[in-house]
Amino acid sequence: MKELKVTPIKSGTVIDHITAGSAVKVLHILKIPESTSSVVSVAINVNSKIGKKDIVKIENRELDPKEVDKIALIAPKATINIIRDFEVVKKQKVQLPDQIVGLVKCSNPTCVSNAREPVESRFHVISKDPPRIRCYYCEREPEDIAERII
Amino acid sequence: MNFKGRDIISIKDFSKEEINYILNYAKGMIPYAKGEKHTNILKEKILSSLFFEPSTRTRLSFESAMHRLGGTVIGFADPSGTSQKKGESLADTIRMADSYSDAIVIRHPQEGASRLAAEFAESPVLNAGDGVGQHPTQCLLDLFTIVTEKKKIKGNNVVLLGDLKYGRTVHSLAYALSLFGAELTFVSPETLKMPKEVINECKELGVEPTSTTILEKAIKDADVLYVTRIQKERFPDAEEYNRVVGTYRVDSILLKQAKEDIIVMHPLPRIVEIDPEVDKTKHALYFKQAFNGVPTRMALLSLILGGKKL
Repeated sequence: MKELKVTPIKSGTVIDHITAGSAVKVLHILKIPESTSSVVSVAINVNSKIGKKDIVKIENRELDPKEVDKIALIAPKATINIIRDFEVVKKQKVQLPDQIVGLVKCSNPTCVSNAREPVESRFHVISKDPPRIRCYYCEREPEDIAERII
Repeated sequence: MNFKGRDIISIKDFSKEEINYILNYAKGMIPYAKGEKHTNILKEKILSSLFFEPSTRTRLSFESAMHRLGGTVIGFADPSGTSQKKGESLADTIRMADSYSDAIVIRHPQEGASRLAAEFAESPVLNAGDGVGQHPTQCLLDLFTIVTEKKKIKGNNVVLLGDLKYGRTVHSLAYALSLFGAELTFVSPETLKMPKEVINECKELGVEPTSTTILEKAIKDADVLYVTRIQKERFPDAEEYNRVVGTYRVDSILLKQAKEDIIVMHPLPRIVEIDPEVDKTKHALYFKQAFNGVPTRMALLSLILGGKKL
């Protein structure tokens, strides 16, 4: 019999197929634990058909599209499962849009998007997996995307 | 090909065909740029010239280009007397300039400033250099100079020499030369090497650049030697600058080792990197290159402002 390491949740979100070792970054993006008092379960280095993966289960919370895009930036193969009454009511793969706005701060300190100007940061997605983005303004590619997520 | 109303922000916004079109158009502008022929195709058009950083050639050649086409120029060469000093955002300055003119040329210390300007301006915006970012009109005039002298870009061995890390002209130029299939050699001190990003872009375009710190090795096969100044203002500390300035000097002894028809280019200003004795040789192309800024910028202004083809 398979040992159940993480129990099913009644309602909330299960983020599955997170790149192994990236669960903590996902928690950081979702501002957990500061943003929720619900139970959050984390499984790291879980064996699966496609190798090791991480899983994050958050009870009583559904993610907004901006949060999903942020997860796609660090875990491009992740799937988001919305659970209601122990049933998966929606399952979607994260999918980076062609352009991301207001999600990542440009790593270039002299980029105009970091100045006091009435614009949001904007990046072209040049590769979805592995994620690579290029600043619309200064054309630089940040190497440490996870560190730059707003 | 229609360029009317188009922004000129980055060389990467242009296809090879579009660049060729601009270069051909620029060729037709030479007699007008020299004042041998006269035209008024941009009569009653106003160019805003907003230079937030010092410039000699770029600013003067833009002004000359606009005047040679019959247009007028408003603006500033030093932001100290403007509202920017009072804390006005660039976006607001641009909105204002936009309402006063038909096109805006901008040089600014922050990368991406001209892209931002283009968002807030209805009229076309020309990037005259944004920080260590793009300088597309310099790139076009450099390509124009190579094409004029060498008849084509493809297959020429171009050596980019000097500050390849902070020098904005060499980044755009390496990309554009790769687009046209030139062979590239990068020569710089170890601390001022071409950024990986730029090298990857060249590779994506099918060019495998060679990198070295030894100029004498690279010069033998060069068709074009593109020299850049080690820019003191881009260095975070004076000590690092002092360590590398004067590493390379192009003089007639060095050029004896080069091909007979090598051309030496430089975006200028030069400090110590080219010996003045080279000026008298047939290899020195940098002053002609500086002149080429006028026909190239005339072509761009005429195209984006819908001037009648001459």
